[in-house]
Amino acid sequence: MNKILRGVAAAGLLAASAIGAGTAQAQETIKVGILHSLSGTMAISETTLKDVMLMLIDDQNKKGGVLGKKLEAVVVDPASNWPLFAEKARELITQQKVAVTFGCWTSVSRKAVLPVFEELNSILFYPVQYEGEESQRNIFYTGAAPNQQAIPAVDYLMGKEKVKRWVLAGTDYVYPRTTNKILEAYLKAKGVPAEDIMINYTPFGHSDWQSIVSGIKKFGSAGKKTAVVSTINGDANVPFYKELGSQGVKAVDIPVVAFSVGEEELAGIDTGPLVGHLAAWNYFMSVKSPENAVFIKKWQTFIKNPKRVTNDPMEAHVIGFNMWVKAVEKAGTTAPDAVIDAIVGVSVPNLSGGYSTMMPNHHITKPVLIGEVQANGQFDIVWSTSGLVVGDEWSDFLPDSKPLIADWRAPMSCGNFNTVTGKCGGKGS
Amino acid sequence: MSCVRLRLFAILAAIALLSSVSGPANAAEDLRPLVDKLGLGDFEETARAVDSLAATGDARAAPLLEALANGDLNIRKSDGRVVIAIRDGADYKLADPLDGAALGVVPAGGLDRIRINNSLRRNIRAAIGALTLRSPDPSVRRGAAEAVFKSRDAGAIEILDAAIAAEQDSGVRRVMEQARAATILAGNAPESDKLAAIDVLAARGDRDALALLNNVEINSQGALKDAAATASAKLTDTLAIWGMVQNVWYGLSLGSVLLLAAIGLAVTFGVMGVINMAHGEMVMLGAYTAFVVQSVVREFTPELYDLSLVIALPLAFLFAGGVGVLIERSIIRWLYGRPLETLLATWGLSLVLQQAVRTVFGATNQEVSAPSWMAGAFAIGQIQITWGRLWIVILATMVFVALVVVLRKTSFGLQMRAVTQNRSMASSMGIRTPWVDAMTFGLGSGIAGIAGVALSQIDNVSPNLGQSYIIDSFMVVVFGGVGNLWGTLVGALTLGIVNKLLEPYAGAVFAKVFVLVFIILFIQKRPRGLLALRGRVAEA
Repeated sequence: MNKILRGVAAAGLLAASAIGAGTAQAQETIKVGILHSLSGTMAISETTLKDVMLMLIDDQNKKGGVLGKKLEAVVVDPASNWPLFAEKARELITQQKVAVTFGCWTSVSRKAVLPVFEELNSILFYPVQYEGEESQRNIFYTGAAPNQQAIPAVDYLMGKEKVKRWVLAGTDYVYPRTTNKILEAYLKAKGVPAEDIMINYTPFGHSDWQSIVSGIKKFGSAGKKTAVVSTINGDANVPFYKELGSQGVKAVDIPVVAFSVGEEELAGIDTGPLVGHLAAWNYFMSVKSPENAVFIKKWQTFIKNPKRVTNDPMEAHVIGFNMWVKAVEKAGTTAPDAVIDAIVGVSVPNLSGGYSTMMPNHHITKPVLIGEVQANGQFDIVWSTSGLVVGDEWSDFLPDSKPLIADWRAPMSCGNFNTVTGKCGGKGS
Repeated sequence: MSCVRLRLFAILAAIALLSSVSGPANAAEDLRPLVDKLGLGDFEETARAVDSLAATGDARAAPLLEALANGDLNIRKSDGRVVIAIRDGADYKLADPLDGAALGVVPAGGLDRIRINNSLRRNIRAAIGALTLRSPDPSVRRGAAEAVFKSRDAGAIEILDAAIAAEQDSGVRRVMEQARAATILAGNAPESDKLAAIDVLAARGDRDALALLNNVEINSQGALKDAAATASAKLTDTLAIWGMVQNVWYGLSLGSVLLLAAIGLAVTFGVMGVINMAHGEMVMLGAYTAFVVQSVVREFTPELYDLSLVIALPLAFLFAGGVGVLIERSIIRWLYGRPLETLLATWGLSLVLQQAVRTVFGATNQEVSAPSWMAGAFAIGQIQITWGRLWIVILATMVFVALVVVLRKTSFGLQMRAVTQNRSMASSMGIRTPWVDAMTFGLGSGIAGIAGVALSQIDNVSPNLGQSYIIDSFMVVVFGGVGNLWGTLVGALTLGIVNKLLEPYAGAVFAKVFVLVFIILFIQKRPRGLLALRGRVAEA
């Protein structure tokens, strides 16, 4: 017994000295936190983002790091568990002392970590398209706001496809509900009568789409051109698209435009029957630009799989990471307050051949692209905005958030300034 | 499409039909300048080129347009010539789009695909329809008539009239007449013609016809509007009845999916009493077996590709069953009679299995494609039945029957029932109870593996596949009556049909809530489930 105890103590000492060595070394590096689920339901999407972050950090270190120091990735696994996101965020900031964190996918997870980043004053880059209605000092939203994805997609269908009747189908949680609320208000403002809008919610991971797809067909037989706007998220998409294919809902008759379906999601489906269905993003793997070609090559070499695809949230991380590096170099320090002040106005190349800029509302400028699914699982870009679109955090189509603006520059420094009352602290929806 | 251009198109088509009879020899060269216009500019210009190709009425333009629709039409960068490119390894084999002459091989970088969008696809569909109405193959003619029905291109009426007059096959002629009716309603024909067309559409009786009738109702006045409204209302009522039948079919189909997922659990939980939280992961392993088998078959014996799922069925049974035996021997046998520990251990095991699969195959979905005999759908009356779903219903029935036979008619089944009813008595009769336990657990897991192969056709093949079915499976087994296979059958079908009948009224979220509430109340009333075992067995 005694012997065992002594062994344990020795092992403990060894471990302690190892940790000591670790921290001694850590003083010469800048730590970058990666807060993406590597297990559980969201692992399917988030693991890729962890890998792309590791690649970016590796790449930056080959260029000599930042401020003469090497970057060190600290990867934690919040396991698709929203409260665990908050705990892991706290661990990254207080114990690991990371300078910046890249992470989260679902809006619930972002809402869970938001108070932690605010309280401990650290920085989070959030790379996924989301419902808007938020602007926080410590968060940088590099994904699309509704006006950078949903609204242009609806405009495209209205203009080019002459759609008169709309099915808004979504998974039952905050992103689809808020987006659909904005879209419904927008459609009504454009003169679409209420009976021409059908809203349908399904649970997470819904797998039996037979009656919903046949309901869509029924709704589509009212004699007006019909389209489906899908905010269906995650795993439910594969059975949904399989059912569309097997029930023969063709894009030329009833097109489906999706906001959460990218190249990664299509990898699990035979896209032959789905050719022509649409997706709206700010980046597609099929974008023809020298930057994108370089990025795809680098990614496939890094992941050692020449068939791996790239997608929009990956590009958002590329932009976010490069913006952070530039802001740190501009500020000369990684201190959050200095970086938050320095990053507004920073421009970096995006992968579609232009530049994205960080705006005072902590959202970025992006081009909007509409793509049609091809038989090879890629998207053909059929339409794009002529210029960049500024992310609008507070939607102009919801009465409560219409008068709100966000500007984190001094002297306003406010995420929800009410232009009617002239006070900071308005209410969104 | 503008009306003027359509008129022009009709006249041109009629002329082209005549002229193509007189001089087909050099028609290929006449088409050449039109073909070269396909890749000149944006979608609108390509659309104009497609229209002018269609206007020639030359049937040789049809395969060319098909190639365009399939994305095989490219521009060779070196000389800007429009070619058909077929993938050949890393390179593309080129052929002339008109005469099919081989034009050598180029790497992928040497080509620019001619891109199309949905509105172009509609143009192409209409053009191909009009061009192939006189094809010698009746199924092509029928497809063409359906395409014209959808496109309602007023210019096609003359061609349709000619095609109808020449048509021998009454089925195809009917579709052509429907297409003609649809086209008449879209144009500005006299009212009497339109009223007759409404009758033709009402007789067609499907959703497409209803859509057209509703469209006429919205866009017209007077007698025509009334006639369309009456026909549409009548059709809506008929379709509502068909809709009910369709919902029952959907319920049966969902029920058989539930049955497949739950029946293995009915063995491990129902018969053995093991609360197996890793049951879903056995389903997931079966789905991954299907993926591996399909990849191997694609690599080594592509000619067997259509049979890959059939090959996967026994392999998935053996693999998942083998893993089941391993789990029973290594973990569960130490925990008999301790339900809480079993629950925790198997739940932990399910996480281990998920993460193991995630490590080996990656977190992303894998594609298990449908073999040709499972793709597509057919119609009985106005209900659409997809082949994939039908095969799943058949498979579920077969698995159920096979399991009942094994339990009732084989000596292994007899031993299994003996052990679960009275372990010590069975043991003293010389039955090796540990072996029977392992085999029973393996049987339940193996059946879950088979379910996985079926589910790979309708759900994600991802590490999370099993999680989405575990709750439903327990629900079915508990609702049907623990320990009773027939209960599982009735339970699965009832839950499936109730769910699908509720869904159109309550929405998917509330349908699920209602079903759960219903089960809670039901279990209060009948704690042993639908078909409870009676007598001493149940007391044990």
